[in-house]
Amino acid sequence: MTEPKRTPLYETHRRLGARMVEFAGFAMPVHYTSILEEHSAVRERAGLFDVSHMGQIYLSGPGALAATERLLTCPVASLPQGAVRYGLLCNESGGVVDDVTVYRLGEQALFLCVNAANLEKDHHWILAHADGAEVEDRSPALGLLALQGPASQLILERASGLALGPLKRFRFVEASVAETPALLSRTGYTGSDGFEIYVESPRTPRVFETLLAVGERLGLQPCGLGARDTLRLEAALPLYGHELDDTTSPLEARLDRFVKLTQGGFLGCEAIAKRKAQGHPRLLVGFTLEERGIARSGHVLTHGGTAVGVVTSGGPSPSLGISIGLGYVPPSLAIVGTPLSVVIRERSVAARVVETPFVKASGPRRS
Amino acid sequence: MADYDIPEDRRYSAEDEWARLEEERVSVGITDYAQQQLGDIVFVELPAVGTTVEKGEPFGVIESVKAVSDLYAPVSGQVVEVNTDLTEHPEHVNEDCYGDGWMLTIAVEDTAEYESLLDASAYRRHVAERKG
Repeated sequence: MTEPKRTPLYETHRRLGARMVEFAGFAMPVHYTSILEEHSAVRERAGLFDVSHMGQIYLSGPGALAATERLLTCPVASLPQGAVRYGLLCNESGGVVDDVTVYRLGEQALFLCVNAANLEKDHHWILAHADGAEVEDRSPALGLLALQGPASQLILERASGLALGPLKRFRFVEASVAETPALLSRTGYTGSDGFEIYVESPRTPRVFETLLAVGERLGLQPCGLGARDTLRLEAALPLYGHELDDTTSPLEARLDRFVKLTQGGFLGCEAIAKRKAQGHPRLLVGFTLEERGIARSGHVLTHGGTAVGVVTSGGPSPSLGISIGLGYVPPSLAIVGTPLSVVIRERSVAARVVETPFVKASGPRRS
Repeated sequence: MADYDIPEDRRYSAEDEWARLEEERVSVGITDYAQQQLGDIVFVELPAVGTTVEKGEPFGVIESVKAVSDLYAPVSGQVVEVNTDLTEHPEHVNEDCYGDGWMLTIAVEDTAEYESLLDASAYRRHVAERKG
């Protein structure tokens, strides 16, 4: 086995007493104090995550916009400078290569923020389908922090000296934090208000520590991947490798609003449309458990005693105090209120299809 | 690095359960090292009173936010008492693993299995070896 890679914050995590795990080939903090504590810090105050393992692929040159438009399921040309959008890279069979966010830096300058586990695959995919664009993987040069939770704005205003009220959700701005050039993006993966902060790798520890110091009195805590996962699950945000993979259509995952099906002209478009016309064999649903137990990825879902699907993500919801999960079931059962069972260690535990997100956190409106 | 509480008044299994003998009954729980490794405990599944458990075999399941782990019986015998409070309050395992976080009491035929468990200093070495 090869040594896991380290983010620029590896030493900082060790010093803060983080419990480290390997994730997507990186040594990452799973928690510093406790997942539950870090989860509530984000919902109630603020949490600071190291997500430097994520990748950034830049596209530039005369063909950059057209290439990005072709690569992504979401509209890109209509994206103004300073705006971000969520979208998917799809293959010719309509499966998901990765789910990403795209940043419009300039007329012909964009970058994609991609999942760490898919970086290499994405890079090859983009190189193969980005004629006329220069493609650069800048991941090793960039650190990425996620400052999430209702107190995030105040903390980042104090650290940057910038008024961030006018910065709407899915917008970004260039600023300086701890004498370090930073791209501040009002985005995140927690369902709470917050920012993602891109900085050059060598300056990442300094920015991280400055934010922690500034935020301390406002209840800011460093948070690990454990809380990141419970938070995103409450927000019913998909995780690649769980809800999404190379065979799953984004429409099965209910990501319709991020797929420009009527506009067309993107990779995977025909296959996605064809699969939709044929009828999807399964759709993603959210469910809550009505009895004690914890649904986990891989558990079988049954209805009327028959196996009908599989749990893709599951766990306790610290905010709700119940067990929640996501899973695929046939469309006839993908209706709110439908009773299901989760088979946990050969025992059937009652569950029910519910609306998602499970937790609706407040935040500024999307512009 | 974190320090682990390893009381002298009981014995330990290599699987990180503690056992405490009192008049042919052995109470069982998981160690401070185990609860720290697991993190926030959110679910504990224990056998019913009357169940027979076998040394080294799983008797239940403990779930943290992230992971599911088996619980192993440190001694063989019949379950005579179960800490049902853990159903409502699995967090007691984190808060007080040697007290309120106890799991079972097992009636044992003889004390030989208990005597063969690690004592506190042997278990301390066992933990240290894995800390790396």
